[in-house]
Amino acid sequence: MAVAPVKLQATGRVARRQAISRGSRYVLLAASLVGVGVLAYLAYDTFDSGASRLTWDFLNNYPSRFAERAGLRSSILGSIWVLAATVVLAFPVAIGTAIWIEEFAPKHWLVSIVKLNLANLAGVPSIIYGILGLAVFVRFYDLGPSILAGALTLAVMIIPMTVIASQEAIRQVPQSLRDGSLALGSTHWQTVRHHVLPQAMPGIMTGIILALSRAAGETAALIMIGAFTFIAWDNTSLFDDFTTVPIQIYNWSVRPSQQGFQVNASAAIIVLMAAVLSLNLLAAVIRERFRRE
Amino acid sequence: MQQSLAGAGQEAVHRALRKRSFKRSGEVLILGLLVLCATFSMVTTGLIIYVLFSESATFFQEVSFADFFLETEWQPLFTPVSFGIWELVAGTVNVVFWALVLALPLGMATAIYLSEYAAPRTRRILKPMLESLAGVPTVVYAYFAVNVITLEVLRPIFGNDLPIFNSLSASVMLAVMVLPTIASISEDAMASVPRDLRDAAYGLGATRLEVATRVVVPAALSGVMASVLLAIARAVGETMIVAIAAGSTPQLTLSPLESIQTMTGYMLQVGLGDAARGTIDYQSLFAVGAMLFLITLSFNVAATVLVNRFREVYE
Repeated sequence: MAVAPVKLQATGRVARRQAISRGSRYVLLAASLVGVGVLAYLAYDTFDSGASRLTWDFLNNYPSRFAERAGLRSSILGSIWVLAATVVLAFPVAIGTAIWIEEFAPKHWLVSIVKLNLANLAGVPSIIYGILGLAVFVRFYDLGPSILAGALTLAVMIIPMTVIASQEAIRQVPQSLRDGSLALGSTHWQTVRHHVLPQAMPGIMTGIILALSRAAGETAALIMIGAFTFIAWDNTSLFDDFTTVPIQIYNWSVRPSQQGFQVNASAAIIVLMAAVLSLNLLAAVIRERFRRE
Repeated sequence: MQQSLAGAGQEAVHRALRKRSFKRSGEVLILGLLVLCATFSMVTTGLIIYVLFSESATFFQEVSFADFFLETEWQPLFTPVSFGIWELVAGTVNVVFWALVLALPLGMATAIYLSEYAAPRTRRILKPMLESLAGVPTVVYAYFAVNVITLEVLRPIFGNDLPIFNSLSASVMLAVMVLPTIASISEDAMASVPRDLRDAAYGLGATRLEVATRVVVPAALSGVMASVLLAIARAVGETMIVAIAAGSTPQLTLSPLESIQTMTGYMLQVGLGDAARGTIDYQSLFAVGAMLFLITLSFNVAATVLVNRFREVYE
């Protein structure tokens, strides 16, 4: 009486196709891990060669001809100065642009050109911003290779990506919130100022922090404006010459290897990566906290 | 009640609320400031174009168009001075081509894995890790290109005849740099392919790999191509990796094992030398910059066009 169990096991060609598909999972997974694997190896290699050099003296010394006496003091201070000035310059313009496009701009072909233009500016290579800064801020406005010229260059560079991130954040604010505020008699600007902006602020902050971490690692644009200099004093004004941590890394990496500057480069990379990763982490934390509310 | 307001009705209410004419004094001023902010980006573009092309114009008064585009030597620093752009373009094509050869298969495989195979949890962990590769400052990649890729990987494989500054080491790090661009944007495109298409293919007996390669990838093709174009634009404009790792010898070659110089590499070299205004070096910076700008712009515009087309299909 027993009925022979129906076998659903495929045979022949179909079995082969299924086996290939099952195997592909592991091949694809392995390929996906290559990038992350490279990153992990680079992190390991940097720590291996640079961690021993990472002392207080290294952070606190000025650059020097001797690898073991050279340090990051002037480049860390330069980075802080130029990044702080960049945020101050870029933030209002970026946020203003995003508010206008999302809240006030009429439906007009000119506005779509402004949007298209922003997307294209975000794709312009940083070295082009560098020669723009060189021609306009350093030479034409005669600011020299100063912190102000560097900050203006970096601000122009990060404004497009900050605007795009801020637009995204403003667009996420529910329409009903605006209508509610307008229905209670607020003007358009009061609505934006008291309801849209506070809601969009975490997203906007995330955008500017990520842009700032881009600026913190930027090297080419600042070398073009002339920040590849030897600074052995503390910056005190926006019109000082300056250097930054990534430029110092570049400086040390291109020295002949027998002088021992490669170790300094590794140690400086640890410092720079720690700064960049904490900025990224901060952005992620702000985004997560906002999501939970 | 809320439901009945949905759609066109709600839009009309919103428009009516916004259009009421009363304003507080001072708001016109604020609106003016906002418009001013928005014009800023247009001014930036205008300045980039003006600076690049006005300085290039001076350059082309001394070097003829014919020399720039027909000569095959780029030798601005030694006599006989020669400004044939193709050696620098070839350098850029060289590093970008080999970077794509490495990054394209890996990026596609990653996108397919994340979109079609990975469990949601794996994807939530793997995708941000991958995207963090895009946040690494490129000067860091450049350092590794020489100290790890060339010294620890390529020299053991290709022997010690390999120049310390070679284009392949730059290509490897460029590939790592653009990997998240390709993987992440392609994955977004694949994830937005409608579920029905996959179900139909599974219903006909296709395996997971067949669904991925014959249904999802073709359906997401414009997004995938856009990701590749954006990756090319990023790689073409990247400066530090190629300037440090690829060398500074302009050469008309596509061999990955030579020392070469790219457009951006040359620009950085001039930038380091603090070229005085009015010299031919300083002007050549802008001529090469204009070329670079046009190349990256065309790839970016092509990507935007593709992305817009892709949106039209699925929304």
